Amino acid sequence: MNTLFAQEAQIPDIEWSLIWPLLILSLAGVILITITSLVPRTRTGSFPAAFTAASAITAAMFIPSTVARVNDQQLVNGRAEFYVLARSIAVDNFTLFITGVICLAVAMSAFLLDDYLRREGLESPEWYALLMLSASGGVLLASAEDLIVAFVGLEILSIAVYVLAALHLRRSESQEAGFKYFVLGALSSAIFLYGIALVYGATGSTNLRGINDSMFAVNDRGLVPAQDSSLLLVGIAFMLVGFAFKVSAAPFHIWTPDVYQGAPSPVVGFMASGVKVAAFAGFLRVFLYGFSDLQEEWLPIVAALAVITLVVGSFVAVVQTNIKRMMAYSSITHAGFMLIGLHSATKDGLGGSGGPEILGSSAILFYLFSYSVMVLGTFAVITVMGRTGDGQHSIDSYRALARSQPLLAGLFVVLLFAQAGIPFTSGFVAKFRVILAASEDQNYVLAGVAMLAAVVGAYLYLRVVVAMFLEDETDDAVDVAAADAGDSEPIDVPPAVLTVLVISVVVTLALGVLPDLGGSFLDNAAATLTQLRD
Amino acid sequence: MLEAAWLIPALPLTGFLLLVLFGRKLAEPVAGWLATAMMAASFVATVVVFLGLSGREPADRFFLQTIFTWVPAGSFQVDIGFLVDPLSITMSLFITGIGTLIHLYSIGYMHGDPNFSKFFLYLNLFAASMLLLVLGDNLLLTFLGWEGVGLCSYFLISFWFTSDSNASAGKKAFVTNRVGDFGFMLAMFLLFREIGSIRYADIIVGAPGLAIGAATTITLLMLLAATAKSAQIPLFVWLPDAMAGPTPVSALIHAATMVTSGVYLLVRLNPVLGAAEAWSVTLIAWVGALTALAAALAAVVQTDIKKVLAYSTISQLGYLFMAVGVGAYVPAMFHMITHAFFKALLFLGSGSVIHGLDDEQDMRRMGGLAKLMPITAGTFIVGWLAIAGVPPFSGFWSKDEILLYVFDQSPLLWFVGLVTALLTAFYMTRQVILTFFGRQRFFDAHESEIQAAFVTKLEVVNQGFGEARTAVDTSKLAIEKAASDVAKREEGVVTAQLALEEATLAVSGSSPEAEGHEKLVKALNKASKGVPKAESVLTKALAKATEAHQGLQAAEAALVDTAAARRGIEDQRLAAPEVATHPTALSPKPDVSGFEDAMPQSYRDRQEYHPHESPWTMTLPLVVLAGLAFAGGLLNLPFAKNLKFLETWLEPSLFGNERHIGVTTGTKWILAVIAIAVALVAIAAAFAVYLRARRSPASLERSEFGLAVSYDEAIANVAGGPGKRGFDVAAMFDRTVVDGAVNAVPTAVRSAAGWIRLLQPGLVRSYGVMVVLGTGAVTLLLLRSLFL
Repeated sequence: MNTLFAQEAQIPDIEWSLIWPLLILSLAGVILITITSLVPRTRTGSFPAAFTAASAITAAMFIPSTVARVNDQQLVNGRAEFYVLARSIAVDNFTLFITGVICLAVAMSAFLLDDYLRREGLESPEWYALLMLSASGGVLLASAEDLIVAFVGLEILSIAVYVLAALHLRRSESQEAGFKYFVLGALSSAIFLYGIALVYGATGSTNLRGINDSMFAVNDRGLVPAQDSSLLLVGIAFMLVGFAFKVSAAPFHIWTPDVYQGAPSPVVGFMASGVKVAAFAGFLRVFLYGFSDLQEEWLPIVAALAVITLVVGSFVAVVQTNIKRMMAYSSITHAGFMLIGLHSATKDGLGGSGGPEILGSSAILFYLFSYSVMVLGTFAVITVMGRTGDGQHSIDSYRALARSQPLLAGLFVVLLFAQAGIPFTSGFVAKFRVILAASEDQNYVLAGVAMLAAVVGAYLYLRVVVAMFLEDETDDAVDVAAADAGDSEPIDVPPAVLTVLVISVVVTLALGVLPDLGGSFLDNAAATLTQLRD
Repeated sequence: MLEAAWLIPALPLTGFLLLVLFGRKLAEPVAGWLATAMMAASFVATVVVFLGLSGREPADRFFLQTIFTWVPAGSFQVDIGFLVDPLSITMSLFITGIGTLIHLYSIGYMHGDPNFSKFFLYLNLFAASMLLLVLGDNLLLTFLGWEGVGLCSYFLISFWFTSDSNASAGKKAFVTNRVGDFGFMLAMFLLFREIGSIRYADIIVGAPGLAIGAATTITLLMLLAATAKSAQIPLFVWLPDAMAGPTPVSALIHAATMVTSGVYLLVRLNPVLGAAEAWSVTLIAWVGALTALAAALAAVVQTDIKKVLAYSTISQLGYLFMAVGVGAYVPAMFHMITHAFFKALLFLGSGSVIHGLDDEQDMRRMGGLAKLMPITAGTFIVGWLAIAGVPPFSGFWSKDEILLYVFDQSPLLWFVGLVTALLTAFYMTRQVILTFFGRQRFFDAHESEIQAAFVTKLEVVNQGFGEARTAVDTSKLAIEKAASDVAKREEGVVTAQLALEEATLAVSGSSPEAEGHEKLVKALNKASKGVPKAESVLTKALAKATEAHQGLQAAEAALVDTAAARRGIEDQRLAAPEVATHPTALSPKPDVSGFEDAMPQSYRDRQEYHPHESPWTMTLPLVVLAGLAFAGGLLNLPFAKNLKFLETWLEPSLFGNERHIGVTTGTKWILAVIAIAVALVAIAAAFAVYLRARRSPASLERSEFGLAVSYDEAIANVAGGPGKRGFDVAAMFDRTVVDGAVNAVPTAVRSAAGWIRLLQPGLVRSYGVMVVLGTGAVTLLLLRSLFL
């Protein structure tokens, strides 16, 4: 029996050195739990946060060397990717770019979480372990070359976040958010998994290349057999729903406002950055690579989802009065823009590389990065403004902030302007690139809807700005009412949060003024995305 | 010298940054002076650049200054750079020049405002954005400035945010402008697609090669953008409301700068307009003509001094659109400049009036201010003559030039323009007379105050009436009491007499010797004394009764009197001194002598107030602007080619797209004479109505003229009602309708999904069903090829 196993089971030749970031993130989570279980809980202090940030930065430090290896490989044999673990994980510039963004999100979230947990009296190292494990799931999803691996990555990513959403043990809203997210997330995972099964049934493979090849074979025979094709299409539809749910695209966005409102603010920051980035990465790789030959079938649906998402997000956001709900709809709107980027990133046979698809793929990557940075800064402010109990999130509680906290308000204005897409912020460049890509791709309807959403959406960010700046000197009645409501707790901006905020603002402005800051890394990652099928 | 171009927007921007950093620490006037100094320095820089540019050969007057290269995406490249050419420098000259004056004026106007330094911070940012708008070398920079001025105007209009109306006015401005921004964005992308660049330098080269359809679409989209920024039909609604902001803001934003940016954009893109279908350009002219007419009509019925000017601005901007629409770019720019002079003057003058009159804005309560505010009145009159088109004031030359070009294109358009000119002269004369001439109505009692006085008086009389009525009741009671008293006393008398008789009988019946006789005699004596006693008591009671009767009479008389007094006051109230709703210079002062003591506090406070002329920081800008409004015509006198400085100067920016007219000198003279005659007739008519009261103003100020106002209200109702509800419905749809639809799904679905029910009733379940339904929809859509 033993000998049989030894013969049958081939241990694949694993190049561990290529997947250091993935290994570090997942191992660090386990190590953190182990270490902190050995010392009394009261004495851990900021260690877990520092450890998490350090791990994320260490993981990120392996990226440049891996990028160099990938690019060397391209010089040698023209392929800018490595496959690890029996071709189930791809290490290429795209994977590495997404990994970098996720690591950044983890580090910044850890800083936010540290002060949040201390303020709320919830200090515990498990949350950081969950954060890192979730991130490792995200990296796995982004690099998955196989649907099974993608599903495993998606689940690791999600389950940890379900728990994080419910981490505020004393706030029933937080519990409710975690529960809702879990129930609906489980439903979408089930649909996603069923989709994988159907795709496997139709194509006989779970590997993206295998799926792609099987379609070629079908195409070569002429007409696609209807039976197989419809099975495959249902599978694709289910997988599309799974991804649409994770990136909160309408009409699968319904969980978003409730969960964003209830979940702890730093966790929402991570959900809007790390989770969204990872989900989009998986979406891009699976659809642009695995299902590229059927894009005429699914592309119109992505376009429809983008339009619905933009309209719902931007219009409904206008009437919100709770800033976290508002940011939830804002995040939905941003997902709409990203979907347009994804739509434009597909190849439609017009022109070679350098055509619209390279614009589209670089647009969505730029969008993912810049949005992650600005949304983390935004939630840094929201974390601080929530004050003890994480409950003060009405726009009214931002009144006159410019007077009491000029620095905080000033930095927040930059981030809000960026989200609104005002020029010289990364937000403008991101929106501009997406719209440009769509119009280069001759999708004028999408470009028009995107512009409309940008125009309508700007209003809600301005509302917050106006609340902060104009409405000081408020009539005394408001102040009295605020004081009565127990609003008198001073706003405390801890250094760690301020650091996150400043980094976020600096990056947002720098990318706005010098959009090429990402340099060849982003371009290569975008190029990888367009060359996946070649 | 041209290298100084970047300083022009950079200086006010520096002022803005300095005020952001140190504004709180600066004492009141310092912040204002800092901002003003920055604007003045920017003006100097503009003059330097202007001199440098005019030193070049005409064909060479095109200078690009690139600060750095900004690359948003791939092949698409945008520079942060400035385009210095006659057009942009002309705009910059009057933006910085008038801007400096308005900054100076604001130091006086905003004196004592708690947010003094913040006001100047916004002003400087506004100026920087506006300069970026005109100097930017590509559409994106212009758009940035375009957004910037919109944002600043939003902040500035809502500056006194304590009142709700200001906040909603700011919102209105913002929302309306977003509609225009959408047009701008679409046009920008279209231009990029067609020409491959959004730099003006490339657009100018590429525009003649544009497909006619594309050029037309771009023209229409840019027209949409311009109608929002320059307050034209259908998007003019925000401007009258924007009067809620401080007056220097109205002057800066609504006269000199922001509202002209739409026209600037159209002039700047003249090569694109040149390549578009003729009808789309003519549409611009008609939009302008109709706006000019509708707004001029609305101005006739306004009573707020600033709203007259607001509608007047809309109307004058209509002229600019008319000019652009017939290809008369030079007259458009000419009128834009002279209009900036005289309208800034008028706005600042009205601000001076408002400032001197304790924030009174209603012209019905002005009048006779010429004596109290001689400088304001004198300069205002210059502005009036300029806008009314009286030669040789500047407005005449520029307006005449536009009308001439318009006549060449279409006499019908010209006629609309002429009617507008007539109305303009009329409503401006009305404004001047109501504000500065005739009787001083500032101290007059307001209608509401008179009503309040009557209410006070009536209260007093009513109290007396009540008292009289109580007195009547009391005296009636007294009479009753007295009557019963009398009756009792009468009984007493009778009893006493009976006792006397009895005693007399008893005495006479008994012998004097008999035992007890003594006693009987005593009783008789007593009884005989009792009768007069009872009689005197009766007399007293009778007297009391009479007294009570008299009291009743008196009380009844008093009641009658107070009732009469009450009726009298009612009558007096009905015949109360009319406060003229359509006053003229001759409207009588409402006579409040009968009830002066009852007038409310606001009235008495006003009597203590002294209307005054404004400080020099406010009057100096008025004087300078009056000089410019008078002499501005010198820029482009029509008498000889070499007097047309502006035409020669702007020529390089217009690339031969300027219309050349073939009207004979004779026609020109005839048109000019007609224009002058129309202006004079309108002025004379206004004098006859408002100064001589030859005719009731009510017959002229017809409510139908307020067409533009009703449109505005209708839009506001739609936006505030159904529009807002639209957003609410979207939200509702997202949360309720979708949920509702989901819940309405037959029970079959629910029982099929029975396990969901185990989780949590309510939202989560319906969310889950929503996901399932969405999945179904996506799947069906993907399988559409099977059905279709």
